[in-house]
Amino acid sequence: METRGLYGEIAANRRRSLLLAFGLAALLGLFGGALGALYGHASAGLVVAVAVAVVLLLMTWYGGSSMTLAASSARPADPERDQVLLNVVNEMAIAAGMSPPQVYVIDDSAPNAFATGRDPAHAVVAVTTGLYAKLDRDELQGVIAHELSHVRNYDIRYTTLVAVTVGAIALLADFGLRRMWWAGPTRSRNRDASLPVVLLAVVVALLAPLSARLLQAAVSRRRETLADLGGAELTRYPEALARALEKIEADPEVLEAANRATAPLFIVNPIKSFERRAAGLLRSHPPTEERVRLLRGLVMQGGGASGAGPAAPRR
Amino acid sequence: MLGLGIGVVLLAILGLVVLLVGWGILTYNSLVGLRNQLQNAWAQIDVQLKRRYDLIPNLVETVKDYMQYEQEVLTKVTQARAAAVSAQGPAEQARAENALTGALRQLFAVVENYPELKANENVMRLQEELTGTENRIAFARQFYNDNVMRFNTRLQTFPTNVIAGMLGFAPREFFATDDDAEREPVKVDLR
Repeated sequence: METRGLYGEIAANRRRSLLLAFGLAALLGLFGGALGALYGHASAGLVVAVAVAVVLLLMTWYGGSSMTLAASSARPADPERDQVLLNVVNEMAIAAGMSPPQVYVIDDSAPNAFATGRDPAHAVVAVTTGLYAKLDRDELQGVIAHELSHVRNYDIRYTTLVAVTVGAIALLADFGLRRMWWAGPTRSRNRDASLPVVLLAVVVALLAPLSARLLQAAVSRRRETLADLGGAELTRYPEALARALEKIEADPEVLEAANRATAPLFIVNPIKSFERRAAGLLRSHPPTEERVRLLRGLVMQGGGASGAGPAAPRR
Repeated sequence: MLGLGIGVVLLAILGLVVLLVGWGILTYNSLVGLRNQLQNAWAQIDVQLKRRYDLIPNLVETVKDYMQYEQEVLTKVTQARAAAVSAQGPAEQARAENALTGALRQLFAVVENYPELKANENVMRLQEELTGTENRIAFARQFYNDNVMRFNTRLQTFPTNVIAGMLGFAPREFFATDDDAEREPVKVDLR
């Protein structure tokens, strides 16, 4: 993990992100068009789908983080009560050479954390009270470093964006299929629509949500791995993050504030029953054992640090 | 015919000169950018060191009454702080900071022997602040050193190394602790 390699990785990642974002937008457009074709208005469907996408994206851009925080019932961190947490966030922000994000706390005894926001200047890191009750300072540092990596890599913007697009596709597909099922194409014009077009529309309506979800999961898994590596680069102490991941994974408590939409944002997917049942391709996070093994591998290479300067404190 | 040939050669030379100057300007600008980042990272270390200087009198004041018989440790911390504040130049500064870290480590070790101190809310908060500040200093140094490495690598690799000296850029030194023991952090565990 040489420094320039990491920066190259970030650049490549952002390029891929942009491509994938366009891909998802195109998918949404195609889906809208297909749905429209069912009712004899392909172009109208396309226009509506794109308009919906634009509105959604604007809402995400300006209100995404506050919506996520509200959905998780997070409160701003308190300098008195959350002294250690705020200190750790400040330390890691210095290590990353960026200004510290806003810090929020979720009053929940299940340990977990996530980052959101549209860019590093508008970033928010949210942590459950259970996380810093159950982790020691080193481990907390590891988790915060992981979250700040998400911020630094622009993962926060991209994953929120992808989540919204996937949600929109699922909603539209549901809507389209239900209409077909219950009402069927009612207008006479539709009887003129050729069978292949209708068939294609049905197939697209069935496949679009699934493929969007697969794409989302693939992106999310890669992001998590990168954030683990980036976090280790910040603390120069991968072992602490590995321990933290194991603790969070092993914790039996359920995070009530998480739901299907926000689950992929957390450092370890809080809907653990889903992650265990889910096939590999649908998982939003790589298996925790795999992440831990990767981090411990870095330890064996002598920390994987850039080789310059003194080791960071390990507290 | 001959005139045309000379013209082509002149044009080629002109093109080459333009390319070289353009490259020189781009290199110069990016090196200035890197150097400014470096200075910013250095300033960040100073900010955190200052934060530590400001916290220490508070700590000494808070624990002083409990530690009647440990005046020596407290004096050492106060003196080390004064020496660090007035240190000149990076080398002396590093030495003074290391001495201060050592003195604080001793103080925290002594605090371990005083149960009332360990339970004192104020002392706990101050210790957390100092722990946090020590970490900030260490991470600011780490960030500085990362920037030094990027800057130096840029200066010393081809083709930048050909003109870096001419443009007035010199490699920077890493902020290193000279004593290996100093790499180990102060271990504070009050829980």
